Amino acid sequence: MSDGLITFSDVSRFYGEALGVNRVKLAIPPGITSLVGPNGSGKTTLMNLMSGLIRPTRGEIRVLGVSPDRPEELCRILGYCAQFDAFPKGLTGFQFIHSFLRIRAMTEEECQRHTWTALETVSMADAAHRSLAAYSKGMRQRIKLAQAIAHDPRVIVLDEPLNGLDPLARAETIELFRKWGAEGRHVIVSSHILHEVDRISDQVILLSQGYVVAEGQIQGVRSEVKDQPMQILVRCNQPGRLAASLFQQDHVVEAKIHPDGKSVLLRTTDADRFYLLLNRVVMEAGLEVESVAPADDDVNSVYQYLIGAEGGAV
Amino acid sequence: MNSVLHQIAAVIRLELKKTFFTRRGWWVYMLALAPVGLTLLHTVTMSRFQAYGRRGHSLYTDTEIFAFLFQTYFLRLGIFFGCVGIFSNLFRAEMLEKTLHYYFLAPIRREWLVIGKYLSGLLVAVVVFGVSVGLSMYLVGRHQGAAWSSFFSNGPGMGQLAQYLLIALLACIGYGAVFVFAGLFVRNPMIPAAVVWVWENLNPFLPSFLKKLSVIFYLKSLAPVTLPVRTPTPISFLMVDTEPVPAHYAVPGLLLVALAILIYAAIAARRAEISYSE
Repeated sequence: MSDGLITFSDVSRFYGEALGVNRVKLAIPPGITSLVGPNGSGKTTLMNLMSGLIRPTRGEIRVLGVSPDRPEELCRILGYCAQFDAFPKGLTGFQFIHSFLRIRAMTEEECQRHTWTALETVSMADAAHRSLAAYSKGMRQRIKLAQAIAHDPRVIVLDEPLNGLDPLARAETIELFRKWGAEGRHVIVSSHILHEVDRISDQVILLSQGYVVAEGQIQGVRSEVKDQPMQILVRCNQPGRLAASLFQQDHVVEAKIHPDGKSVLLRTTDADRFYLLLNRVVMEAGLEVESVAPADDDVNSVYQYLIGAEGGAV
Repeated sequence: MNSVLHQIAAVIRLELKKTFFTRRGWWVYMLALAPVGLTLLHTVTMSRFQAYGRRGHSLYTDTEIFAFLFQTYFLRLGIFFGCVGIFSNLFRAEMLEKTLHYYFLAPIRREWLVIGKYLSGLLVAVVVFGVSVGLSMYLVGRHQGAAWSSFFSNGPGMGQLAQYLLIALLACIGYGAVFVFAGLFVRNPMIPAAVVWVWENLNPFLPSFLKKLSVIFYLKSLAPVTLPVRTPTPISFLMVDTEPVPAHYAVPGLLLVALAILIYAAIAARRAEISYSE
């Protein structure tokens, strides 16, 4: 059932001679999906393609079964908060949202209700009647978000939505993403802030130089990276003894005692065998284990492994 | 159909909110106000002249003065460049200000978006230049006193004013379509404006079949007052006389040309992409 997915079928987009994205094949399910990659990797191009602002040079896109070639249908189910920090001149925050809702042929009563709901969602109701020109960077970011969600879309595309937000607003906004994701909406987010992407994403799409390098749930992506030993942090009462026992195995390539003396960081080329071995060693040695956790299945580590220096700064 | 009309009305409302009487359009309003100032100056000067017991010119001369002002200033300069300013900016300014994507992300067919923006521009142009034409015509003969009032209430004045307003409306329709189309394609609207302006002003020198490919040719033939024959100039021999087009051909002809251009503009908008950085 591709109608519940955002699908890219062998999509390429070139800007003259320059590559935007190439041979992208994706099927994005509901939930929060983060696009991660350095500047110029193709994040915004992907977002513009799925929003119908640009067209693919090759391939086909469907957003919940709708072609982006039909904005009159697509934009009923999709809201896009673009990265451009620009607004129509001479409008207040309220007028900005309300005017574009009117273009959706809603009644005045519906427009008023949706406008106030969107403003309250982003905590901007108090500043509704102030001119957009007088808004701070953070307020502009929030009013853009309100405009993108005012019509209650099933697909929400957000290009760098956390830029310019203070920590409190950022936390509130992330909570909104979580809420929308839990409601079964598609929330597509691009962000440079990897640790925040890590916290909120149900799945990630890693991009580099116009290509999709990896996609899926971050732990799954990490386990696919076979050439980089997995790091596992074990907190126990005798980390030195545990390290000595495990390091005898050929798939354990490194063991490092943490300076606090209560944990050991191990690197293994075979996680499945490692966990079996760990159980056996713990049982035999009678160790008390407090916690076992992967130490490098976050977006940042995976990104570094897959793209590393070639990708440039994220 | 009803929802399409609602959408077009919403685009018009938003455009008017954003663009009517804004600082960016000051020079368009100056263009429209200039003939009002000139005719006011004319009537004040003539009133002073008559106050000193001198004989002024006839009422008919005032209608000729206005006909000259209308054909030379309004059609060739004021309305033409006013339409350049109003219509070519409907899409181009949004591209420059990086705000066009808000429209493109609304669930409206791009064709209706073009129509909505065009109608909002037309409304502004017609109001601004309609008021200017009306005031200028009223002021140009105001120094004639009761005779000028009678010219409007009992004579052909109202009919002439209605014809001038119709020509102004048609000029806005024709030039508006040309420049909304240009605004979708060209980053600098002054280039197509200069090309069209030269073409329109070359009209007297063009052979008959080429004359018909201009807006001014149809508009001139609708004018209620014919300009007096001018003294021959060194280039008069280059002018080509062509039979004026009857109104029942000129009006639908011009509307059809405008419609064709708008259809091309709608197709262009349908294919348009957001590429602010290019």
